[in-house]
Amino acid sequence: MKLYFHYFTIHLKTIMQYKASFFLSTIGQFLVSFNVFLGVYFMLERFHQVKGFTYSQCLLCFSTVLLSFSLAECFFRGFDSFSFLIQKGEFDQILVRPRSLILQILGSRMEFSRIGRMIQAIVIFGYAIPTSGVIWNLSKIFTLIFMIIGGVITFASLFLLYASLCFFTVESLEFMNIFTDGAREYGKYPIGIYGKTVLRICTYIVPFALFQYYPFLYLIGQIQKPIFMILPLLSCCFFLPCFLLWRFGVRRYQSTGS
Amino acid sequence: MKKYLSFFRMRFIHGLQYRSAALAGVITQFTWGFMEILLFRAFYEADPSAFPMEFSALSCYIWLQQAFLALYMTWFWEEDIFRSIRDGSICYELCRPLNLYNLWFTRTIAIRLSKAVLRCMPILLVTAFFPKPYGMSLPPTPVAAGCFLVSMILGTCLVASFNMIIYIVSFFTISDTGIRMVASNLSEFLCGAVIPLPFLPDRWLSVIQFLPFASMNNAPFRIYSGDIHGSELIMVIGLQLFWLIVFLVIGKAMMHRALKQVVVQGG
Repeated sequence: MKLYFHYFTIHLKTIMQYKASFFLSTIGQFLVSFNVFLGVYFMLERFHQVKGFTYSQCLLCFSTVLLSFSLAECFFRGFDSFSFLIQKGEFDQILVRPRSLILQILGSRMEFSRIGRMIQAIVIFGYAIPTSGVIWNLSKIFTLIFMIIGGVITFASLFLLYASLCFFTVESLEFMNIFTDGAREYGKYPIGIYGKTVLRICTYIVPFALFQYYPFLYLIGQIQKPIFMILPLLSCCFFLPCFLLWRFGVRRYQSTGS
Repeated sequence: MKKYLSFFRMRFIHGLQYRSAALAGVITQFTWGFMEILLFRAFYEADPSAFPMEFSALSCYIWLQQAFLALYMTWFWEEDIFRSIRDGSICYELCRPLNLYNLWFTRTIAIRLSKAVLRCMPILLVTAFFPKPYGMSLPPTPVAAGCFLVSMILGTCLVASFNMIIYIVSFFTISDTGIRMVASNLSEFLCGAVIPLPFLPDRWLSVIQFLPFASMNNAPFRIYSGDIHGSELIMVIGLQLFWLIVFLVIGKAMMHRALKQVVVQGG
């Protein structure tokens, strides 16, 4: 943990050397998701509700996904560029160091410019939390926190999954972005509106719905059962198969030789 | 003309080499298209009367958008061009007995076209067999089909000429990060890539439809499905032509000024 903190400060210092560039890319990140927000805004201004969800309820959903995605991207970005580590043979260096592999890879890259998105998510939370009509009590607050934690872990597991696949393909697999970018892009609305098939995929294959949809229903009071509160924690189980694949990949790893 | 054509061919064939990337692209585009359609279906069920266009027209719009993404993605820049401006390797380009504007313009179009050719066919073919109103359908009239083709070409050239202006601006600013970011995001929203333009409130639409961005992919896709028809058709295509000429003139003039005072910073 101390080592990770050390990595963290180094990255922060590096970024701060190029303040203008950091500032610009933060604004860039903000603008990208601001476009998505404008899309949601105009659609709901026209239709007022979708499958019974109101504008501020959709925003609550949108900001949960946005916040957990940007947190995951900020700290687990190292896995995303993992194919480069393998191609350049830098992974061999990492292997010989007597520290945890995952820790070193996480420390190899951090994206602080994602703060642009986080700020946006927090601003939207600021608007959605009072207006969404949720009666906030302790259990609801915990649900929201669990949702964000579950989201971060799910996205992090997906990043780990990509990295593990690089062991077998050497190149990174572009189409795997469907899951991360797709979830960010379409998680702006509650998953239930996409119909049963998508909901099933997002429940049993990649557990997006476990942290975005079901606890959200509990949050807005459509479902009363408190069991839905801890579903986001269940989505963390997704980490397990991803981690096993990673372990399998590491054991099978043959250097590219460069 | 001949040299630009052969340059076009070279770039085009170069772009065709990336077949596995194209396959990945097709898979992604399918998923995106499905999700878009499911999303709009949910909104359609919420309030069909508030829907500004026919659902089948919207499906055509979405699938065309996915199929021809490479032609109209305003956020796609050629890293090589920016780099050559930044690190000074542009002097090699300047030594050639070619017009730099025409050269880059040809190159931009060639790359976009080669990407689109690889990706569009599977998407258009498969979606044509989808049940109504979720799949592609043929244009309602032969006139619409003809105008669609004209409008597609104009739109593609417009996107390329827009890209050119941004490339040239980076002659003056050296760092391209800022201008690229603003241009990408603004144009993405205004050209109807986030949500189709008819879904915007009428007040906004009355202004946005005259902007150059609305002439990019908004025009051909809506012409195809018959959403734009009759006298509107002539106005929309006229507007496309107008913006294309404006952008070409601005781009050429800027290029002329930029090259007059270009200072290559060592390297």
